[in-house]
Amino acid sequence: MANYLLIDFGSTFTKLCAVDTEKYEILGTSADFTTVETDINDGYQRALTKLFHKIGKKIEFEQIVACSSAAGGLKMAAIGLVKELTVEAAKRVCLGAGAKVDLVFSHHLNQSEIEQIIEKKIDIILLAGGSDGGNSEAVIHNADKLGKAGIKIPIVYAGNKSAQDRINEIFKEYSMNGHICENVMPAINVLNITSAREKIREIFLKQIIEAKGIKKIESQISQVILPTPSAVLEAAKLLSEGYLDEEGLGEIVVVDIGGATTDLYSICGSSKRSDVIIQGLEEPFAKRTVEGDLGMRYSAPGIVKSLSEREINYINKDKGVDIVNEVNRRYNDVKLLPENTHDEFIDQFLAEMCAYRAMHRHCGRITEVLTPMGKVFNQVGKDLSEVNYVIGTGGVIINSKKQYEILRQTTNILNNPTELRPNDPDFLIDNEYIMAAMGLLSKIKPMVALKIMKKHISHIRSNQYETSK
Amino acid sequence: MKTIVIGVIGADVHAVGNKIIEYTLTKSGYNVVNIGVLSSQEDFINAAIETDADMIMVSSLYGHGEIDCRGIRDKCIESGIEDILLYVGGNIVVGKQDFSEVKKKFLEMGFNRVYPPGISIDEAINDIKTDLGE
Repeated sequence: MANYLLIDFGSTFTKLCAVDTEKYEILGTSADFTTVETDINDGYQRALTKLFHKIGKKIEFEQIVACSSAAGGLKMAAIGLVKELTVEAAKRVCLGAGAKVDLVFSHHLNQSEIEQIIEKKIDIILLAGGSDGGNSEAVIHNADKLGKAGIKIPIVYAGNKSAQDRINEIFKEYSMNGHICENVMPAINVLNITSAREKIREIFLKQIIEAKGIKKIESQISQVILPTPSAVLEAAKLLSEGYLDEEGLGEIVVVDIGGATTDLYSICGSSKRSDVIIQGLEEPFAKRTVEGDLGMRYSAPGIVKSLSEREINYINKDKGVDIVNEVNRRYNDVKLLPENTHDEFIDQFLAEMCAYRAMHRHCGRITEVLTPMGKVFNQVGKDLSEVNYVIGTGGVIINSKKQYEILRQTTNILNNPTELRPNDPDFLIDNEYIMAAMGLLSKIKPMVALKIMKKHISHIRSNQYETSK
Repeated sequence: MKTIVIGVIGADVHAVGNKIIEYTLTKSGYNVVNIGVLSSQEDFINAAIETDADMIMVSSLYGHGEIDCRGIRDKCIESGIEDILLYVGGNIVVGKQDFSEVKKKFLEMGFNRVYPPGISIDEAINDIKTDLGE
């Protein structure tokens, strides 16, 4: 017997996925509402009953592992010194660890920023600043300020190593919940993600899970190992790189449009060209960005907010809808499921906007600079133009009748030469919504996870692809 | 160890001299933070803040140095590193202008040292030692 049960405690749904790790097969999947406010076990049991019903019998599991983004996910504050350098590095570490970055601060913290940390109920603070041997005055000031304010939530210090000893003293002095790890930016424009990310995950498991009411279920399951977004990132990495002699898909992009956020993951190097000059902070090979203002329900108003009145009028006229009214309706009723073609049409349109915008913020930019020595190219961010596959996941994409149209928005449809979007990728769909589950499995049985993903993440439904192309 | 931020300012891609400066300064015992070519004033200042640098050494080889460097001292003051030493060198203006005039202009812009074309970094080392007190 080698049946594994993989659980994703999402903000809305608890999703189960049962796999047979010997036959590389998915036995079944099911979902029910997450019940974290009452007892998380209720929703889990309901989903489990559904799962057994689907499989046709009750089965035993060798291991049950879970990831979670329930109760608001992992909420973090990223603090650094200069916006383009350690602040950006700290932010990327938080996102890479699967967190939601609710607050971002630079330079010296002030009282109102401290209050925001308390108000927003931040789970973990990442405190960075200064390259190794560089500025230590700012981080020491910030640690001191946090200490004086009596902040007791976990603080991960990942700044200038020369300030470590002093920071440690401050942590002790105010008996803070402090953790020391490697600098996120040891030298200018060099990014060091691993140490701080692992520390965040460790704290998430030891301390945050309990606070989120997920501990209640611990007797039922073997372990909770990751925040959900970080499970998806792990799955994407495995799918891209392959494992031992099982080949991966090469460079990929994953688009996950949810109710509250649109997440983009890219697994690729920052550039293959030799004729560009790359500027700015080093880019992570596996990069995740989260757009908190782009989503299908909670964040639907955000999609419209960035449009001008003229654009809104144009959309209303062009599509024959009242777009402001539609997004507000979705915001007020987050459980709304499309019932007619009109609703489907609006959801399709919103999803396309999310995909387009999210990629606009995720991809790198290239600009021509005219110099006395001729034309040179200056690149900031990641060049995704050679990416092999764009993979869609998340309810709205999986259920869409025009998946191709949504995923196509990640490519350069407006022919803007400055945006380094995927040029001519193939489109795949995570039809059974297994990526988070496979990310979990990849931590235990990578080969099985990879084989299952390669089997179940399939090409876009062919007819719509052909007709659209 | 004293820290020096070096780089080539503006739309200037002359990379060779930049490497020679990095090599020489490192060999002379300085912690060199090289931000490379095509760097803006903000890139220099950001790097100097994060590394707690003692000096910013700006290179400009393509003749637009005056436009590119204007206002950098003011930005340093705004950014809280008002005491940082600013050096500039290369072909900082177009054509064969009287260097004493050029030097005056750059000193007024807030630079501490201004070097004419053809000066090698070895010749500046003594100034650096004097200014940084080593």
